[in-house]
Amino acid sequence: MASSTRVTFPNKVLPYLLLAPQLAITIVFFYWPASQAIRQSVLREDPFGLSTQFVGLGNFKRILSDPNYLNSLQVTVIFSIATAVIAMGFALLFAVMADKVIRGKGVYRTLMIWPYAVAPAIAGMLWLFLFNPSMGTFAYMIRSAGYNWDPLLNSNQAMLLVVAAAAWKQISYNFLFFVAGLQSIPKSLIEAAAIDGAGETKRFWTIIFPLLAPTTFFLLVVNTVYAFFDTFGIIHAVTGGGPGKATETLVYKVYNDGFVNLILGDSAAQSVILMVIVIGLTAIQFRYVERKVHYG
Amino acid sequence: MIQNNPIGRLIAHIILIVGILIVAFPIYYAFIASTQSLQDIMRPPLSLLPGGHFWENYTTALFGGIGRIGGVSVGRLLINSTIMALAIAVGKIIISILSAYAIVFFRFPGRMVFFWLIFITLMLPVEVRILPTYKVMVDLGLIDTYTGLTVPLMASATATLLFRQFFMTIPGELVEAARVDGAGPWRFFKDILLPLSKTNIAALFVILFIYGWTQYLWPLLMTNRNDMTTIVIGLRKMISFADADTEWHLVMVTCILAILPPILVVVLMQRWFVRGLVETEK
Repeated sequence: MASSTRVTFPNKVLPYLLLAPQLAITIVFFYWPASQAIRQSVLREDPFGLSTQFVGLGNFKRILSDPNYLNSLQVTVIFSIATAVIAMGFALLFAVMADKVIRGKGVYRTLMIWPYAVAPAIAGMLWLFLFNPSMGTFAYMIRSAGYNWDPLLNSNQAMLLVVAAAAWKQISYNFLFFVAGLQSIPKSLIEAAAIDGAGETKRFWTIIFPLLAPTTFFLLVVNTVYAFFDTFGIIHAVTGGGPGKATETLVYKVYNDGFVNLILGDSAAQSVILMVIVIGLTAIQFRYVERKVHYG
Repeated sequence: MIQNNPIGRLIAHIILIVGILIVAFPIYYAFIASTQSLQDIMRPPLSLLPGGHFWENYTTALFGGIGRIGGVSVGRLLINSTIMALAIAVGKIIISILSAYAIVFFRFPGRMVFFWLIFITLMLPVEVRILPTYKVMVDLGLIDTYTGLTVPLMASATATLLFRQFFMTIPGELVEAARVDGAGPWRFFKDILLPLSKTNIAALFVILFIYGWTQYLWPLLMTNRNDMTTIVIGLRKMISFADADTEWHLVMVTCILAILPPILVVVLMQRWFVRGLVETEK
């Protein structure tokens, strides 16, 4: 509505020139490769690129019945849920506490946001350094306590380590959003509940938590996207998908099949499946985030 | 005022302090390790206080060159990361502000088509088109170049959408007034739009600087030469848990140097960053 009455400049050529840089980069580096991925996903090519043949949905069928792919799908789902739940749980706890204190708010926030600036791969390396069996101090402590700790050999421990690193890095981001969400809840509502005799715990679950739902939902989507895609560095730097295939996420598998094992058709088909996942997540994000309610 | 509850506040402080410990400890520990000798690092548990090898370790790493990555110095890696982060941040801001300007302040055939073309790139992150993108880069001869490291990451929908959203809140009267005064599109852009966008630009700069600095998959694919890679990838190449010859004290120095610049940017520009982050993502 507003856009039809918008006052604009009458130039005919200028807008195209202004758009040119972005469009050029977008077409060369986004659309062209993406269309290639879709094309290759229906072709079967030998690793040397000597011959190709059209196989229709053959690559997709093979992937979706490949136990390795299904394993990496399962790994990704477990990894994403665990990362999102832990990162959001801690962030919410800290944000609620930060909302309560009067003094030192700024200091806490400043210290809380550090991990945002740390690259996921480095977060992974920091945690591996603390917990690696040969010289990590924590690994040493765990072993002294009698546990057999070796994330480089034990799959569950490897998963635990990458989840910890991924969640640690994401706490800052979630914290900032929860703090902003909490600030937008009108204090009068909480006061009214307090006058009615609702205790602190009750106030949290009946008023604060439901009012935070839009923020929580938004963060859930963002954290899922993060766990799916941005954690490639953590997996690559810490476990390399191992031990076995215990931490091989979907993105890591696309990379590994394409670059290390050179199975182009499979890698392309996996890319296309990932594309569908991203489109789904983005659609959800925009559908609900548009509706993100602002209280107060 | 809700009941004044000093005990509740005390508990809140305690939980927050524990939180800070969790959040800061891995970084602090890396710093401690970066001031120890290799022998001390290899003998856990590590002391919780800095050791006496600060200058020695930092100067060796910064200027000496590290064996595992072909003798390239950490200084060189830092320069590469800085170039990458700055170029991506500045390039992306310029490119997106121009296209948002075109989309909001001009009417021309194909406007919505272009808008959607840009919007859809949101759904095509590098991770879903790894192999074909790599092939394009090889064909264009962009492997191991700064152009290859930066230009393809400069186009993305988020920044454009943000500027578009902001531009739409600018009242039409302002444009009209400018036109009545005889200001062309360039004058309007330079004298009115840019000054109004200052806070948005500052916020985006922080977010994009971090984005560029923390890239992993892209530099991993785009660089083969150790002297062209970023500090994050260089760090990964230095580490091996299988070999005994990893120079851990230098690795930890590199680690600290790799996280210090983005942390400084975030902490020093905190005000814009927090506002920008919470607003951009809405």
